[in-house]
Amino acid sequence: MDDLTTIPDYGLNWLEASGEFADIVLSTRVRLARNLQGHAFGLRARVNDREAVVKQFRASTGRMRDLKDGTLLEIDGLDTRTRRILLERRLVSRDLLGDKSREPHSGAGVFLAPRSPVSVMVNEEDHIRMQSLLSGLRLQEAWAEVDRLDEELGGELAFAYHPEFGFLTSCPTNVGTGLRASVFMHLPGLVLTKEIGKVLQGLGQMGLTFRGLYGEGSEVVGNFFQVSNQTTLGKSEEDLVDHLDDVVRQVIQYESQARQVLLRDARSVTEDKIWRAYGLLRYARTLSFEELMNLLSGVRLGASLKLLPGLRVYTLNKMMIFTQPAHLEQAAGRDLSPSEGDAHRATFVRRILASEGDVVSDDRSSGEGES
Amino acid sequence: MACDNCGVGDAVVHLTQIVNNEMTTYHLCERCAAEKGLDTTPAPPNFPITDFLAKMGGHAVEGDAPSPDLTCGFCGLSFADFKESGRLGCPQCYSAFEAPLRGLLRRIHGGTRHVGKVYLPPDPTANEVEKRLEGLRRRLERAVSVEDFERAAALRDEIRTLEIPS
Repeated sequence: MDDLTTIPDYGLNWLEASGEFADIVLSTRVRLARNLQGHAFGLRARVNDREAVVKQFRASTGRMRDLKDGTLLEIDGLDTRTRRILLERRLVSRDLLGDKSREPHSGAGVFLAPRSPVSVMVNEEDHIRMQSLLSGLRLQEAWAEVDRLDEELGGELAFAYHPEFGFLTSCPTNVGTGLRASVFMHLPGLVLTKEIGKVLQGLGQMGLTFRGLYGEGSEVVGNFFQVSNQTTLGKSEEDLVDHLDDVVRQVIQYESQARQVLLRDARSVTEDKIWRAYGLLRYARTLSFEELMNLLSGVRLGASLKLLPGLRVYTLNKMMIFTQPAHLEQAAGRDLSPSEGDAHRATFVRRILASEGDVVSDDRSSGEGES
Repeated sequence: MACDNCGVGDAVVHLTQIVNNEMTTYHLCERCAAEKGLDTTPAPPNFPITDFLAKMGGHAVEGDAPSPDLTCGFCGLSFADFKESGRLGCPQCYSAFEAPLRGLLRRIHGGTRHVGKVYLPPDPTANEVEKRLEGLRRRLERAVSVEDFERAAALRDEIRTLEIPS
């Protein structure tokens, strides 16, 4: 059986921190929702609809250049931990996996190809949801990747399309382009200077929305925000993507200004916060994921402001992904209770900081408070 | 994590509120969340489409035809079911509920006309090819105007391929 123990790097390309503004923008994602003609949508689809969708999708990928080396993982054939790993890597939605009260729907799956930033969810709310996930701010590139895949898939499968409404989707909030572009940003400067409320409010006025770490319905933790387009109909894909890009660049500029304000007006407090966060991560024996995310926020700010010399964004990205509960269990090779998980998390963080992020404090740089 | 309100239950709902630029996060158990009127099912919180729909009623949007008992002939979804779930049942629902949907789409998106990619199905008719070409020419124009020459070149190639009669 294909699983993530044999293909461990799926969905992790973005960790490399190679894109533009990678210290502030963790990743860029563009997804397209498509449905096949003649079949009921996700929530009303019967078993035969779902099976037909999987069958047609599977047959088409074999003929496609970009997807022929990939694998379709059917969710009901995966163990619980592998499912959670897919979720933690943001390759699937909670909806696709089902929950305690509901098993995953038959035919629910995710298509992954090695070394590829694109993946496809099959039989979620929509029959096909393809996404491209890249490091840093790379909206146009992510759009181009997913556009190419859409062209190839659309040549193989008969998509549901209406001359006026465009690509038809289960929820009318996705109809038209079916495009949702989102940028995952770290905005501690705006939060600490209390400017974030204004910025988030402004996003709403510009047709954009924001969410927490795991998308819809998730909380904002560690000053990480996902900013995305709200509407999908009435504008071209390029207009949607470029508009988000323009606004995100503006937000980055505000964030940079806020950071300069922090350094100018509250340098010693800011430095203290950053070094305390680093110290806790470097030596703590137990860390909840939420505590880790909050400390990582401080350390990420420090790395970005060059206050923690030598600490790479790549190391920080890895710390975010591999310290999630299912990833820790995968590394341990067994289930972990919450308290065991907290201990494993702290150990992982100490080790990675010792090997990749051992920062030596330069005490000459901060003379305030010394007599 | 314990619930911020009762301190007993397991916090499963995390609510971030921004009031006067102050961001506060509450961690609540299912019961306390329900008491505070928070839905604990993972519905899309940023887009209250069911609110939109509830307000639509039969003739909430000016110019819309009343829509009390429409049902999709293909999947059997009634308009009332749609208002409840916020999800359509199949592609044909868009035709079955066209009149009330048009009002809804206008309110959600500010318009009803798709101006993005024009789909070219696997075995296109001449008309579908023509529509696709129109869409490609529109995109080409835009690509040139924003000086995205790489995309413009790709679009031009595609236009040429489609223009050659097979």
